[in-house]
Amino acid sequence: MNFPKELRYTKSHEWARREGEKVVCGITEYAQKEISDVVFVEVPKRGQAAEQAKAVAVVESVKAAFDIYAPMSGKVSQVNADLESRPELVNQDCYGQGWFFEIEASDPSEWDKLMTAEEYEKNIQNESVK
Amino acid sequence: MSQICRLPLHDTHVRLGARIGAFGSWEVPLYYTSIVQEHEAVRQRAGLFDISHMGEFRVTGNDALGFLQELLPRDVGKMETGQALYMPLLNEDGGIIDDVILYRFEPAHFLLIVNAGNVDKDWSWVESRAAAHKGAAPDFKIQNASADFGLLALQGPGSAAIIEKTLGSTWTDVAYYHFRPFGDGMIARTGYTGEDGFEIMVKKAGLLEMWDRLMAAGRADGLVPAGFGARDTLRLEAGMLLYGHDMEDTTNPLEAGISWAVDLKKASFIGRDALAKQAGKPQAKKLAAFEMIERAIPRQGYELRKGSQTLGHVTSGTFSPTLAKNIGMGYVPPSEAVAGNEIQVVVRQKSIQAKIVKLPFYKRKK
Repeated sequence: MNFPKELRYTKSHEWARREGEKVVCGITEYAQKEISDVVFVEVPKRGQAAEQAKAVAVVESVKAAFDIYAPMSGKVSQVNADLESRPELVNQDCYGQGWFFEIEASDPSEWDKLMTAEEYEKNIQNESVK
Repeated sequence: MSQICRLPLHDTHVRLGARIGAFGSWEVPLYYTSIVQEHEAVRQRAGLFDISHMGEFRVTGNDALGFLQELLPRDVGKMETGQALYMPLLNEDGGIIDDVILYRFEPAHFLLIVNAGNVDKDWSWVESRAAAHKGAAPDFKIQNASADFGLLALQGPGSAAIIEKTLGSTWTDVAYYHFRPFGDGMIARTGYTGEDGFEIMVKKAGLLEMWDRLMAAGRADGLVPAGFGARDTLRLEAGMLLYGHDMEDTTNPLEAGISWAVDLKKASFIGRDALAKQAGKPQAKKLAAFEMIERAIPRQGYELRKGSQTLGHVTSGTFSPTLAKNIGMGYVPPSEAVAGNEIQVVVRQKSIQAKIVKLPFYKRKK
């Protein structure tokens, strides 16, 4: 599976990409494969406050709904409106066109609390052994 | 019941890459590639399901007909040999113990196929009723054959061609809701998807061979293994009920909308008097189908509302791959169960607009 090195990751399987003061977020390849067919995404509202590790979006497969947690705190500055009509982008291109939202980070030090690609990969290996 | 059961072809499903999950006390393949892909394969080509979790009871002997006439709410005496009939199994109050299909092999030889989650409950019920009946005829016998047989469902518009390729052309003229004996089991023109298809009951020892033969014959026509995820979305689109979700012991067939599968003109059967009394009266609730107007997927347990009034709860809900809509069913007061009526589904504390529609959501073109 692909976990790009330049991204940071959460235990709950979100990824974050730093672009200046802003952080673009989505779900990992592991997460989209586990969820399988993504048929519905509810993105947050622009301007909404986000708190690290708190639910801000929802992704649904045919069978179930899953909360998506904010990798960092701040204000939601952009959302991916394409996911409303094309939720399958999450499966097809989870690090690209399948991004969920962008956060204007209020506490840049939170970045360091996120996992690196290596740490994340180890974490999911442990998870799948359980 | 707490014991986890595995399908006889469990290892085959794992080898095919299935995501295994729980269905009641059974470990079953949820999907092999994806629910949506398998769903579409069944609507457009064909899918093969392993539904060996289902239970099979045999009822034989001279008293079989008389026994079943009392046990079941349809006129079993009218069934021809080789015919299958869907109906609920009722308790004394007219509540639905299970929904079943009865097959008439011979004038005095019947088979009842029941839901996996209800095998123990149904068997206790049938046994207790048989105990009261047994005195009459010495050759009367009921047998729980659930552990002996496997069941495969070949479903989709390509099914007949695949059956023909696998077993010969004689099987394609089996009519809808009819069957023919096949070895110790049978092959029926039935299913739970809303498509043409066959259900193939064979002894467990022959199950893998049958699975492999069907897959080999159908692969070129796009036959794929299909899991329980697609089975659920397919049956819901087709407006078919799932026991334990859309009906239970306290639901009666009038409320569940399956009174067509109950013959109140029949002089006597278990639950008849209770139902006859209720038939003339307004029901407390009625199963209604709805589709979402606003964006959200209804899920089992979500509240159905109209303004501030609670109407009931969702019993089944999903994204419909064929219709690309979000659909569901649930019990509401009969006055609200009118096509076109706008209601709300409470999704994550928000009231989301939906409207009542007629069942089925999807009907195949013949």
